[in-house]
Amino acid sequence: MGVISSKLGNMGVVTTTLDTAVNWARTGAMWPLLFGLACCAIEMMATQASDYDMSRFGMELNRASPRQSDLIIVAGRVTRKMAPVVRQLYDQMASPKWVLAMGDCASCGGVYNNYAVVQGVDEIIPVDVYVAGCPPRPEQLIHGVLTLHEKVRGESLAQWVRE
Amino acid sequence: MHIPKALDPVEAVKGAYPNAVLDVVQFRDETTLVIHPQEIVSVARFLRGTNGLIYNYLSDISSVDYFPDYNRPGRFGVCYHLLSMLYTRRIRLKVYLPEDEPVVPTVVNVWPAANWLEREIYDMMGIIFEGHPDLRRVLMPDDWDGHPLRRDAPLGYETVMFSFNVDEINKHKPYAQE
Amino acid sequence: MVAPIVKVEPVAIPDSMKQWEGSLEQLRGLVSERAMTGETMLLNMGPHHPSTHGVLRLLLELDGEQIVTCLPDVGYLHTGIEKSIESKSYEKAVPLTDRMDYLAPMSNNMVFALAVEKLTGLDVPERAQVIRVICLELTRINSHLVWLGTHALDMGAMSVFLYCFREREYLLDMFEMLSGQRLMGSYIRPGGVWRDLPAEFMPALERFINYFPGKVDDYEKILTNNPLWIDRTQGIGVIEPDEGIALGVSGPSLRASGVNWDIRKSQPYSGYEKYDFNVPLGEHGDVYDRFYVRILELRESLKIIQQAMKNVPGGAFRSTNRKFVPPPRAELGRSMEAVIHHFKLWTEGYAAPDQEVFVAIESPRGEIGCYLHGTGGNKPRRAHFKTPSFMHISALGKIAEGHMIADLVGIIGSVDIVLGDSDR
Repeated sequence: MGVISSKLGNMGVVTTTLDTAVNWARTGAMWPLLFGLACCAIEMMATQASDYDMSRFGMELNRASPRQSDLIIVAGRVTRKMAPVVRQLYDQMASPKWVLAMGDCASCGGVYNNYAVVQGVDEIIPVDVYVAGCPPRPEQLIHGVLTLHEKVRGESLAQWVRE
Repeated sequence: MHIPKALDPVEAVKGAYPNAVLDVVQFRDETTLVIHPQEIVSVARFLRGTNGLIYNYLSDISSVDYFPDYNRPGRFGVCYHLLSMLYTRRIRLKVYLPEDEPVVPTVVNVWPAANWLEREIYDMMGIIFEGHPDLRRVLMPDDWDGHPLRRDAPLGYETVMFSFNVDEINKHKPYAQE
Repeated sequence: MVAPIVKVEPVAIPDSMKQWEGSLEQLRGLVSERAMTGETMLLNMGPHHPSTHGVLRLLLELDGEQIVTCLPDVGYLHTGIEKSIESKSYEKAVPLTDRMDYLAPMSNNMVFALAVEKLTGLDVPERAQVIRVICLELTRINSHLVWLGTHALDMGAMSVFLYCFREREYLLDMFEMLSGQRLMGSYIRPGGVWRDLPAEFMPALERFINYFPGKVDDYEKILTNNPLWIDRTQGIGVIEPDEGIALGVSGPSLRASGVNWDIRKSQPYSGYEKYDFNVPLGEHGDVYDRFYVRILELRESLKIIQQAMKNVPGGAFRSTNRKFVPPPRAELGRSMEAVIHHFKLWTEGYAAPDQEVFVAIESPRGEIGCYLHGTGGNKPRRAHFKTPSFMHISALGKIAEGHMIADLVGIIGSVDIVLGDSDR
């Protein structure tokens, strides 16, 4: 946003690169999918509720439909029965889309190294940011989200075209 | 309201079904009646419906696998934890089932709550409940192979990633692509 | 040049990951015959649905908007906790129990700790019992707050959610003081609690006790006499007392039907018989009564905490039986025996007899039971948890029959299910 505010002239004209503008828009209103799995979902709710208030980062709007959301926060353990559902939700999301693995279970299986739990959601969908913790504190989740914003700001449109 | 006098469940069952009770175990104030599998429904109905017993609430049905070297009458055990709300006491019925034919009649008709509990045991232990109206898997996916809570089923452990083996594991780990 | 922002082609799912796409034939007998001819509609709700409180999947057969059959499908959060416990020593299994019912971790700790104590014959000092009661009741308030917030949110009252979570942060701060973790404290361990109450805990509890009753009044102001709330909840999802007992419903959901059954009263554990509290009962067994019983329980829990915090006895906070409970850190430098005990307990653990026990306590959701079977060694042969949510979901089909689909959301919320609790 530095570019925009410093180049704000008297005429009210903004000049910036398309990349910056698009990425600013993407990070400013990155709507997560309303998708909770287990314990981490409770902390995700706490992050959106009064004390931590994720709407400060333009993320108060959890969309229940994957078609309308940009970010999927995998909040909790992904089991073998749930895995196809997670993948389907991911496939239904429109590009550009990002994945945040919240908590140990989503990142690596956590304490459940057993038959039922997928050892890391990255076996099913590509993950952008991993947040450690069992469950992570809301501050940690916010930090993870800001890290993701950082990553998005570094992306360029040329990448999307190439893909 | 007249409340009938509480009966001793062990004596009552023994009196009514002398051949059904195989053993009585007392451990830490808990009474376990080991019942012949084919008699479980009649004993359950007796405990539920007799004045002075009224075990009206089925707390739990759980199963246990004594694999590999068991000194019990059967490899599997199914425990019915009954609760009498009127007399505030609990009792456990237990049946032992053989390894090759783990079949026991269902008690769904006595306590409807048994429906899902029995399904869970079928799912997890592979014990068949004869006459169950809807014996499908409940927790595991429909196409799951085997019964995970049997003692001979593997835990499904995957090697934990450390810095010394991270490259080795990353080679095999099926990371998803977009 | 236009960037292809929206990708049209979905990525193909590998065959092994394909979801079940069954035929109608597989449902014969489960749904009514009318569904076979297409007269009624089959609708899949969940596992990803905002108001199913997790990953519950419901297969609904609908006649217009009316539910003909409701088939719940659980297991999307089946984590294999029971199997994992079999490979851990008793002490190390405690953190796993936290994560079953993640809204009431202390209740899970408690039932597991009680089962281990019963199996091994371990004693619990007086002080630990009182601390446990305080923790359990705080957990009950915590759980009911999340329940109230999400339930009200499902029914369209947004602000209650924000208020409830505001108050909940107080509680989580207190749990953090106790155990260092907001949610999964593993604070209640076999033999007592993990550590003594920290100095700042009692003042914080005092503040909370003074602050909270006014907030409950606020929730009541928003909901209790709200005509919209009453219209949506009264007469919906009635559970008859007999039906509830037969289906295994327990806890506040059963008490809302008028069944006076609370394990804290009838089979007291951890010294609950010493506290003076009422068991709130409902009359009609509908969604509204289940809501109101829980609101009253919030106040009763406060009453118990008030009595308990006045009489926290001194002494040990954990059993001093060194065969089961590791010695405090300070002793390790002084005593060789303590080092041996410490080493033995943290490597091997302790042995429990080859016997079985069943313990049930009153969790915020209902009767949670733990069946524990030892091997004679340091690991259990079997740990099975009877969880209230599992029973409530199994009863859901019966309760929801004949209702509108919009009411189903209220019914799911009112029986207070947690899928982690149900699937384990």
